[in-house]
Amino acid sequence: MTDVAIRVPTESVGFRNQARAWWRGLNPWLRVGIVMVLQLVLFGLLFTVDHALGFAVLVVSTIYWLRRLPDRIRQGATGGFILLMIILAIVANTPWTLVILLAVGAVMSFVPAARRDWVFPAVLLGLAVLYPFYADQMFTMPIFGVWPDVGTGVYMLVFIMMAVGLNIVVGYAGLLDLGYVAFYAMGAYTSAWLMSLQFSHTNFHFGAVGITASLPGIHMSMWLVLAFAGCVAALSGIIIGLPTLRLRGDYLAIVTLGFGEILPQIARNGDSLFGFNLTNGPNGITPLDPPGFGHAISNATGGFLPANYLQCCSRTVNIGFLHIHHQISSFDVFFWTAIVLLLITVFTSLRLQYSRIGRAWIAIREDETAAAAMGIPLMRTKTWAYASGAFFGGIAGAYYGVFRSATFPGDFYFNISVFILCMVILGGMGNVWGVVVGAAFLAYLNQEGLANTGAWLNANIHIAGWRPNFQVPLYASGIYGLIILVVMLFRPEGLIPSRRRAAELHEAETHDEPLYDHEIAGTEPL
Amino acid sequence: MAADASVPTLSRRVPRPSVIGVLGFAFVGLLGIWLLVNLIKTPADFFDVFLIGITLGCMYALIALGYTLVYGILELINFAHGDVFMLGGMFAITYATGIFNLHPGQGPVTVLIVLGTMALAMLTCGALNATIEFIAYRPLRHAPRLAPLITAIGVSFIIEDVGLAWKGPNYVPAPDVFPHSTAFSIGSVDVQWNKLIVIGLTIPVLLGLTYLIQRTRQGKAMRATAQDKDASAIMGINVNRTISFTFLIAGALAGAAGTIFALWSTTIRFDEGFQLGLIAFTAAVLGGIGNLPGAVLGAILIGCIQAFNEGLNWHAPGSDWTESIVFSILILILVFRPEGLLGEQTPEGG
Repeated sequence: MTDVAIRVPTESVGFRNQARAWWRGLNPWLRVGIVMVLQLVLFGLLFTVDHALGFAVLVVSTIYWLRRLPDRIRQGATGGFILLMIILAIVANTPWTLVILLAVGAVMSFVPAARRDWVFPAVLLGLAVLYPFYADQMFTMPIFGVWPDVGTGVYMLVFIMMAVGLNIVVGYAGLLDLGYVAFYAMGAYTSAWLMSLQFSHTNFHFGAVGITASLPGIHMSMWLVLAFAGCVAALSGIIIGLPTLRLRGDYLAIVTLGFGEILPQIARNGDSLFGFNLTNGPNGITPLDPPGFGHAISNATGGFLPANYLQCCSRTVNIGFLHIHHQISSFDVFFWTAIVLLLITVFTSLRLQYSRIGRAWIAIREDETAAAAMGIPLMRTKTWAYASGAFFGGIAGAYYGVFRSATFPGDFYFNISVFILCMVILGGMGNVWGVVVGAAFLAYLNQEGLANTGAWLNANIHIAGWRPNFQVPLYASGIYGLIILVVMLFRPEGLIPSRRRAAELHEAETHDEPLYDHEIAGTEPL
Repeated sequence: MAADASVPTLSRRVPRPSVIGVLGFAFVGLLGIWLLVNLIKTPADFFDVFLIGITLGCMYALIALGYTLVYGILELINFAHGDVFMLGGMFAITYATGIFNLHPGQGPVTVLIVLGTMALAMLTCGALNATIEFIAYRPLRHAPRLAPLITAIGVSFIIEDVGLAWKGPNYVPAPDVFPHSTAFSIGSVDVQWNKLIVIGLTIPVLLGLTYLIQRTRQGKAMRATAQDKDASAIMGINVNRTISFTFLIAGALAGAAGTIFALWSTTIRFDEGFQLGLIAFTAAVLGGIGNLPGAVLGAILIGCIQAFNEGLNWHAPGSDWTESIVFSILILILVFRPEGLLGEQTPEGG
């Protein structure tokens, strides 16, 4: 870093470390007692405000000290606690979904560390797949209100896919991409061109469902279009990347930002590019063909795979004692399809991480010069990162276009790029699970959460006769900006960090302090 | 590429023109022909548009200098700068109408009021920018390079929404006090007062900045810190204070630009800052980032390109394409000539 430097021990410096040392010095029984009293007080206070909030706090805080008990009594104590919870919940007339979720959470926290890698994702996946059945039975969350409906779920899954894709570029390879929305747009327009009436002077049909064969325009099967859109986006990623990837980090960010601004403008002005209507301008391209598997496949699987998503579902699932009477709708099918796509994305991303190229990405992120010296071809490796990230962005864009049956240029502003970047940063750059959680939360906030939060604030705050009228969704981008700022300042590795990335980001704290910054290091200058 | 050039070779070869160089000259040649045809077809319009370009360029120059000052000292692209500029315009409108009660038709007092408004807006924005540096960038001085860049984007969004919360989502009207009458005419070309005023307000600010950086102790400290922070610290310069001061100056320039822009266009909206900021950043890159005369040159060029694109009649793409053109220039410059027109030595262009 610098030639002249002073080494400073950072262990005992700072309020946080001192507070931690004091806490660890206390008598263990006293510590458990303090925690129990605190949690009971908190539970009592919160329970009067909101049942769900109270229960959630009780469970989380109890898990804290249950996990610190000796092995011998821990299992018994846990079982007793879960039983107590269920009794309490039944007595307090709490929705059964909350009880089940809390019980699952309690059980999950005692899964041995060696098995967590697959148990957590599997349970999460199970809960997600069954979500359409119990969505209307869900309890009301404190502040955030009702749980997202299944349509919002599709939106969330699409954005999780994009965030996982961007994580390959930003998290693995350490290339800041501020124009990721361009690949999203590329995918969305590819699906719009290949599944609509847009090019009505041609008539090309291949595997499309739910439309008559005489309809003009290009109509292809969605499954082909998804793969094709991914490839188009990856190809455009390579074309954008080849001349620009040799630039240093912040210049690359600016170039990608430039592409992210140019492409939407082309989409907006594309209704007469030299007299040719490419994108239908600000009106967008709508409607798109419905997706589906076609009658042949549908009949072969006994109707399990629907022939046409929009006219598929009339089956009803009844589970009386849980109050489930759910008629499967086309939203549900879209939701499950999105889960399958996301699974493919996450699986690929995880496999890439420890592959030869994934390790090359991490090496480039940590030290480009050293990586080059070790024989990693910089340009090719970076271009692969770019292309892989773009591939998933393209698929996500194409699928979302099909889901909404429309593609508008207004969806591809710079805000969306930053929004997806915010998901990656909040979750934890480089860690797929963190990114999934961060993206799910932020996408939910964007679609429903902010509006619900605003309504809750407006209904519950009254200070001396003053009632606020916050329009929270209006300030969405400012809230994302605030999240970015706070995370970067206080926890740059994100909520669920990748251990390796965290070490890298905190390197400066244990590293040699430069001479001029004596205020931070707490020493006098020479 | 750079490594090849620095390898000493025995045979002294005449440098061959590269394909990119030829293409670049061909492109500039076509641009020249296009301008020439327009000049011959409608000379009056051409000069009129040219003047608008210079006016726009002056405002871009003030913003671009802020980017270039900060980049020169911290190597940080301060995304929030464009939004500080926007907020500067809003401060100016608030001061002008709220404190000074500025309205059209006040006579010579208007000059004093405009100058006072500009001074107040410069102070406010300078303080704001220095505060941003203190809160958002200083704790990340030793983090990986991309960390403060990401933070800057976050700050930019926050400030944009501060403007939104403060003045609402609509255009904020400013008093239309710059006279639109003709100051003088050269042939058939009329030069209006409002353009002259913009140029006349910008030039003293630029001169003041040059004096500050070239002739004062603080300016010398800024230049030293930009070159080598540790060496400056050894020489007794308070590096952190110098960086704060740089942000203060950059913010003050943004405040001046905001005032001039708000009074010239008579409206400003919360989301205009980011776009105009990016255009100004392109200007800074075009001139050579870190290079102060370069920023002014680049800004005038970008202003003229924008005005020609939007104002000329013969085969001009029109205002729908302004951003695409400007950002294409940005990308081409960064890819093929990262050191910019005036060739400042950046780590990229060396």
